[in-house]
Amino acid sequence: MSNLLAFPIVIPFFCAALNILVKNGIFRRVLAVVGTAATLAVSIALLTAVEASGVVVLNAGGWAAPFGIVLVADRLTALMVAISACVGFCSAIFSLGDVGSAANRAGFYTFFHILLGGVYGAFLSGDLFNIFVWFEVMLVSSFVLISSGGSKAQIGGGMKYVTLNFISSGLFLTGIGLLYGKAGTLNLADLALKLASPADRETMLPAAMLIFTAFGIKAGLFPLYSWLPASYHNPLPTVSAVFAGLLTKVGVYALIRIFTLVFPLEGTRMADLLLILSLLTMLFGVFGAATQMDARRILSFHIISQIGYMTAGLAMGGLGGLLSSIFYTIHHIAVKTNLFFVAGILEHTSGSGVIGRIGGYWKTRPLFSFLFIVPAFSLAGLPPLSGFWAKLLVLKSALSLGFAVTAVIALFVGVYTLFSMIKIWNEAFLKAPPTGDHPTRRIPLVFFIPVMLLATLTLFFSLIPQGLLSFAEAAAAQLINPTEYINAVLFLSR
Amino acid sequence: MEIWTVLLIGVLFGVSFYFLLSRNLVRVLLGLLLFGQGVNLLIFTSAGLTTGHAPILDGSGNTPQPVADPLPQALILTAIVIGLGMIGFSLALFRKAREQAGAVDLDQLKED
Amino acid sequence: MNSIPLSIISRLLFPLQLTLSIILLFRGHNLPGGGFIGGLLAASAFALVGFANGSARMKTFLLFAPSVWIGTGMLLALLAGLMPVLMGEAFFKGLWHYGIIPTIVAGDVKPGTPMLFDIGVYLLVVGIASHLVLLFESKGGD
Repeated sequence: MSNLLAFPIVIPFFCAALNILVKNGIFRRVLAVVGTAATLAVSIALLTAVEASGVVVLNAGGWAAPFGIVLVADRLTALMVAISACVGFCSAIFSLGDVGSAANRAGFYTFFHILLGGVYGAFLSGDLFNIFVWFEVMLVSSFVLISSGGSKAQIGGGMKYVTLNFISSGLFLTGIGLLYGKAGTLNLADLALKLASPADRETMLPAAMLIFTAFGIKAGLFPLYSWLPASYHNPLPTVSAVFAGLLTKVGVYALIRIFTLVFPLEGTRMADLLLILSLLTMLFGVFGAATQMDARRILSFHIISQIGYMTAGLAMGGLGGLLSSIFYTIHHIAVKTNLFFVAGILEHTSGSGVIGRIGGYWKTRPLFSFLFIVPAFSLAGLPPLSGFWAKLLVLKSALSLGFAVTAVIALFVGVYTLFSMIKIWNEAFLKAPPTGDHPTRRIPLVFFIPVMLLATLTLFFSLIPQGLLSFAEAAAAQLINPTEYINAVLFLSR
Repeated sequence: MEIWTVLLIGVLFGVSFYFLLSRNLVRVLLGLLLFGQGVNLLIFTSAGLTTGHAPILDGSGNTPQPVADPLPQALILTAIVIGLGMIGFSLALFRKAREQAGAVDLDQLKED
Repeated sequence: MNSIPLSIISRLLFPLQLTLSIILLFRGHNLPGGGFIGGLLAASAFALVGFANGSARMKTFLLFAPSVWIGTGMLLALLAGLMPVLMGEAFFKGLWHYGIIPTIVAGDVKPGTPMLFDIGVYLLVVGIASHLVLLFESKGGD
């Protein structure tokens, strides 16, 4: 039993409650930074606890699994919570300059905290129904964040987002209902035991497919990704940075969790299906980005194509596949959030996110331009940046397992991503601004710090990848052999 | 008994999907609402319909048999509460959409 | 809307509904009821006042802004989860005080953290439901 697991959820909700009670704008801003910093500290403690003693379990209310609600953290969970807490902290700092006093008064920070609490809750949940509940917590707050502000385009994008995610939740719940009817439990560890034989899993294929579809929508898999580029470029830059970093990745995490623990993909037809969908996701993502001229829209389409790499790792399976999937996800969260910060800064300093209309940053803002290069070329996978290691891992497992087509498509998409990043670089940074006047507005420190922090994190993953690699490899090993997870939840925690 | 609830679930799902395919926002909202109801009924049915007692010990410490499974009811209750929040928010959003665009058609909310 | 019978009835019913909601709140641990349903009933009492007499009257009946109800409720519910943590028990473990508080409306009440949690939920639900009603009552804007 470890109460540590409760705090990544408690702290954001505590902050949200204080936000509702205290109307002072400065207090809310300070609380956002302090609260996310506290969560970051807790998440690092969790990381060391998991490293030291394996899977950590908390039986909420003292009720033992499978009857009570359990919070579980294995290495993958701890890693995801920690990187999300980094994103939370950085976006809290970024929001200081980005969120105006009107949005602050309207309760931006309340929903910001609840969103983060929902993300951590979804990571830590040990049963299917609570994953659903945290998904909804996350979604309702993201609905508010995505549609507040209320321009016509924002509401139109919000509408697509709401409707598709609502349907996805309904499908998820249907799958949960079918699964409960058959297995009589929703605890993940207990489900893994009850559905241990492939014949049992075969009878639950409809439930598995429904859950797969639901998570696929949330992760932004082909063909149900259209809600993502329709809505991500409209809200405040802080909001889209958090969304880009975390929301789809919660879907990916849920896919990894369910389809290694409860329905192992190894050698099933679902693995083939997931692989094909992943490849199509990669391709459609980059092709979509090629036609866009708005920085945040380009980046939105690249989220989709990168999701394809993560799920391809899961679909290929084995230690190498899962390792590549985990490493890719962690690297991607840091890089993507950072790129959305950069896009936000472009919009703030030159008033437009359309890259044709702006330019000249390289001449007047060289340090800022360098800070764009790190995540952008990392996303494209240039050595020695973290994206290179991530893509190398995907390629390595594709080639060693004989998925030649996957390897070719992964390489091709990488080149195409580079093309997109160079497009942004050429237009927004290198070329002279079309209006003639170079951007001279100072970039506030609160914008610089988070970009710098995440770029440092990316450089750390790039130049010293061994630390993350060995941790991710141990996490993948825990996923492949779930005995430790099941024992910790069902037997050791009593 | 099951066959009737299953048929009802089918009808609810069918009607809701028909509504969801519409461009009219009010119909979309109705579709989402009915979809939620259908799913709740599905959980209820798939967990087994029994005419049992509540699983609460009586005065002498025995549970009267047969007992109905309380968990699906707890799940449905939670799902209903969440659905209430979702519908509440969607209503607010749809009203805002109507004020902004003066219409309830999805096509009119496209970017200019 | 300005109907005199509705206005009178709403004010007559108000104390009755509120009492019933508190009875439901306190019997909820072992019998049907609880913070959620009690809170909804209380909110419907406030909403009835609002429908009959306008939202200004509803706000005075609420005494505090809905946000105060929501925030206090959330804090109380979190406190119910954190108290066992301070005592070295599992998060949200039910801690009971050995003793009962006899009350007139709700019978004997056993004080404990689950009760505290229910009270928190009650306040939260009253706040959110009345906020929604006030929101849809107001014309335009959000």
